[in-house]
Amino acid sequence: MSADVVSATPAAPAAPAGERTRKRRARWYRNPTLIIGAALLFAILFICIAAPLFTSFDPDLQNLEQALSGPGQFGHLLGTDQEGRDTWARLLYGGRVDLRVAFLAVLFPFILGTILGSVAGYFGGWVDAIILRVVDIVVAFPFFVLVIALVFVLGAGEKSIYIAITAVGWVSYARIIRGEILVAKRQEYVLAAQSGGLSNLRIMGRHLLPNVITQAIVYAMSDIVQNMIAIVTLSYLGLGIQPPTPDWGTMIADGQNFLTTQWQLTTIPGLAVVITGLGLSLVGDGLADLLRPGAS
Amino acid sequence: MTAPPLLEVTGIEVSFSVGSPLAARLRGQQHLLRAVDGIDLTVQRGEALALVGESGSGKSTFARALVGIERAKRGEIKLDGKVLPARRSSADQRRIQMVFQDPYSSLNPRLTVGGTLRELLRVHHVVPRGEVDSHAKELLRLVGLDEGAAQAYPRQFSGGQRQRVAIARAIALRPELLVADEPVSALDVSVQATILNLLQDLRADLGLTLLLISHNLAVVRHLCDRVAVMYLGRIIEVAPTEALFRGPRHPYTAGLLAAIPRMTAEDEDEPPAVQGDPPSPLRLPTGCRFRTRCPLAQQVCAEQDPALTASPDDPGHSAACHFAWAAQTASTTEAV
Amino acid sequence: MSTPAGGLQLAVSDLRVEISSNRGVVRAVDGVSLQVAPGEAVGLVGESGSGKSMTLKSILGVLPSEAKITAGQVVLDGTDLTRLSHSRLNKIRGRRIAMIFQEPMSALNPVMRVGNQIAEGPRVHLGMSRAQSVQRALDLMRRVGIPDPERRFRAYPHEFSGGMRQRVMIAIALSCDPELILCDEPTTALDVTIQDQILRLLAHLCRESGTSLIFVTHDLPVVAQICHQVAVMYAGQIVEHGTVAEVFRSPLHPYTLGLLRSAPDVDNPGQSLVPIPGAPPSLIAPPSGCRFHPRCKFAEEDCKVTDPPLRILAAGRATACLHYERCLDEMGAEA
Repeated sequence: MSADVVSATPAAPAAPAGERTRKRRARWYRNPTLIIGAALLFAILFICIAAPLFTSFDPDLQNLEQALSGPGQFGHLLGTDQEGRDTWARLLYGGRVDLRVAFLAVLFPFILGTILGSVAGYFGGWVDAIILRVVDIVVAFPFFVLVIALVFVLGAGEKSIYIAITAVGWVSYARIIRGEILVAKRQEYVLAAQSGGLSNLRIMGRHLLPNVITQAIVYAMSDIVQNMIAIVTLSYLGLGIQPPTPDWGTMIADGQNFLTTQWQLTTIPGLAVVITGLGLSLVGDGLADLLRPGAS
Repeated sequence: MTAPPLLEVTGIEVSFSVGSPLAARLRGQQHLLRAVDGIDLTVQRGEALALVGESGSGKSTFARALVGIERAKRGEIKLDGKVLPARRSSADQRRIQMVFQDPYSSLNPRLTVGGTLRELLRVHHVVPRGEVDSHAKELLRLVGLDEGAAQAYPRQFSGGQRQRVAIARAIALRPELLVADEPVSALDVSVQATILNLLQDLRADLGLTLLLISHNLAVVRHLCDRVAVMYLGRIIEVAPTEALFRGPRHPYTAGLLAAIPRMTAEDEDEPPAVQGDPPSPLRLPTGCRFRTRCPLAQQVCAEQDPALTASPDDPGHSAACHFAWAAQTASTTEAV
Repeated sequence: MSTPAGGLQLAVSDLRVEISSNRGVVRAVDGVSLQVAPGEAVGLVGESGSGKSMTLKSILGVLPSEAKITAGQVVLDGTDLTRLSHSRLNKIRGRRIAMIFQEPMSALNPVMRVGNQIAEGPRVHLGMSRAQSVQRALDLMRRVGIPDPERRFRAYPHEFSGGMRQRVMIAIALSCDPELILCDEPTTALDVTIQDQILRLLAHLCRESGTSLIFVTHDLPVVAQICHQVAVMYAGQIVEHGTVAEVFRSPLHPYTLGLLRSAPDVDNPGQSLVPIPGAPPSLIAPPSGCRFHPRCKFAEEDCKVTDPPLRILAAGRATACLHYERCLDEMGAEA
């Protein structure tokens, strides 16, 4: 028997698990982009989710006598819109809707794209060829044009948004994951798993995916921003969230007519979109730094 | 000699298509890269056979075909008398395992060392459920690592230690044949010895049969009983180790041995052992594929592709050269 | 191009290179001294992390940005290269001292024709006209054994095999008739038969033109093949120095002994392999005293305290081991 038994971790003086998490947290601290973005997002999310704590008004309640009042009047923090509904309340509850839709509208393409991309990249051959062709076709159309067209055909509303964005948005994830898998599957630990008789499904799910998913997650962050803008745009065009459900896009559209008098009706929701987008971008950038290969 | 061989390989061919057939035709090349072009090989139970060759010889591709992670276009692999089908069952897949070359990419970075081992033990039911954990630790002990290693991640280990883990993984499924593809090439010199000694010890303790793929002839001579030399997808010589090193019968083998740098300095003005570059595998020469670099090349070499023929004196020594067993000339013998 | 009056070509004295990393300062090269005479081939041998590549790169000042020379001198004909300005050092690079690397694919410009890469040096350093430099490049290609040079001149690096690319690198290195060529593991990535060709070519060319070589490698037999002198490096320091024959026949440092014992020798297959226990030390906080002592079977109390300098014993022989006689005993016992 080989007499030179060596201890498990000569390089790491501390217990392996402890040192590892200590390093991870340290890097997290040192990432101002991530901290600021996360703080911003968290604040927005909190205010929207805990809306009843911040406003006592019902966002759908119309009060025509108090229509188009300015900030501070009748107890309305930011005034009211043309139907007398409290702007601040609509902002908060509308935020709930927009954020929820944006998040879900990223989740479905993420899942679909990851599955199709993994299958294409791992198996190659005709499966890959077919999926690639479909990707090519979808990619040929501008994103917004296709989404708007689909929603138009499907009829406006939240469900249509999900279907349309999923049908168009999955391709980006598929390409990212496929590319990563094409490279990763040549790594020797994958060959070792194959020679160890592990099933393809297990190799894809347990061995490959955890190692390639980070790029897709980073992309998803920026995708949420894009989706938010898409939803807001759709609603602005009347194809998205239907009234009376509050939503930033409809608020912007409605407030347009009153730019000269109650300009806050349009600009405040617009500002909300921008700030939320900023928060998401910062988190995305921060995550990209943190999850970059070789950084862990 | 009378015991049936553990492994019998006949006519294995592995090819890859390169680009489009049309482009290849225009360039006067073949469209199919024949990485492995007809290999016959037998390995006896318990022996250590070396597969030696330079880049492009096809030795790694052949090893992968043996282990089942590369599809052979043609040919048959018989393990213990039974033919292994193209799609192997789980039980068959276990019987030939591989140690890979690169210790830095052959372990999943996201799984602990113990996790990698436990997964294999569980999926194949190597031991009862309750014993999986302790058995994984036992495997690590077997390769000279202590139990605490099971909780660590690959990145916390040095290259030599990772190779030990790779060996533990390969023997976890209790294979009958262990294929080691350049197991020490990526390691520092002083660490190579630990892995080589470990392989030797495991052979002795577990009765493993070993197929060692290497370009390092010093390692081969130290560790193996028999050697097969590959060139451009074919085996061109097979012999017991000492017979090969003392009396190579194929000009390529002789050149290979002469090209090894030695610790004792020698005459500096000699021309190199083998001239020129190997031909492109997409444009193989007619007849013998070594003839473009061979000092003995004759007309017959361009016309006929020599088959592996055994020595009249020693059936264990074969070479694929028209002049392998002809009367010796001074330039072919290489006393080592 | 000046020829020295005789005596030393290049002298490295007490070179120290530090690399800043987020875990501390890495002392990659920690007091290395080396001399190279005209026409001499010196091997610099060590494992990964020994500092051999860094030493080489310091000579020409081509260190990565995180690394800095913090002490020592590199003297070529009375001039300390470490003190030269970038533009003056540039006149030496490629012209009086040339370098060849391990991976020819990344050392050659992939989008520039091979012939032009060879001709560039003479144009820039020797002031040749375009026609002259082309002619020179063709001559060099012939000298290094590239067949059909007129046609190959216009080829790109990816059209060449590994061995041919190395020949191109050698041609580039020779293009301005340097006095010294630095070789950083040039044959490690090559097949044995091609390595044999390249080593013989290098040895022949250097003998022919009297060029000196510093050859860095981890492969001991390769050093034996091409070098006259060898210096063994460990943890950033030179631990032994001497002629190839002497050092390999009777090493005077336990690390050299360990290296020789742990590698299989193709001429000596029955010898059992004895690995060196332990692992190379951290270069941020190296062990006290002799850096090798934690792994050394001859280690005694004084080894843990004093960091022994490289001591010159007889002519040309030097060792950094306080108890080198133990190595002699060991080899004697085996004889």
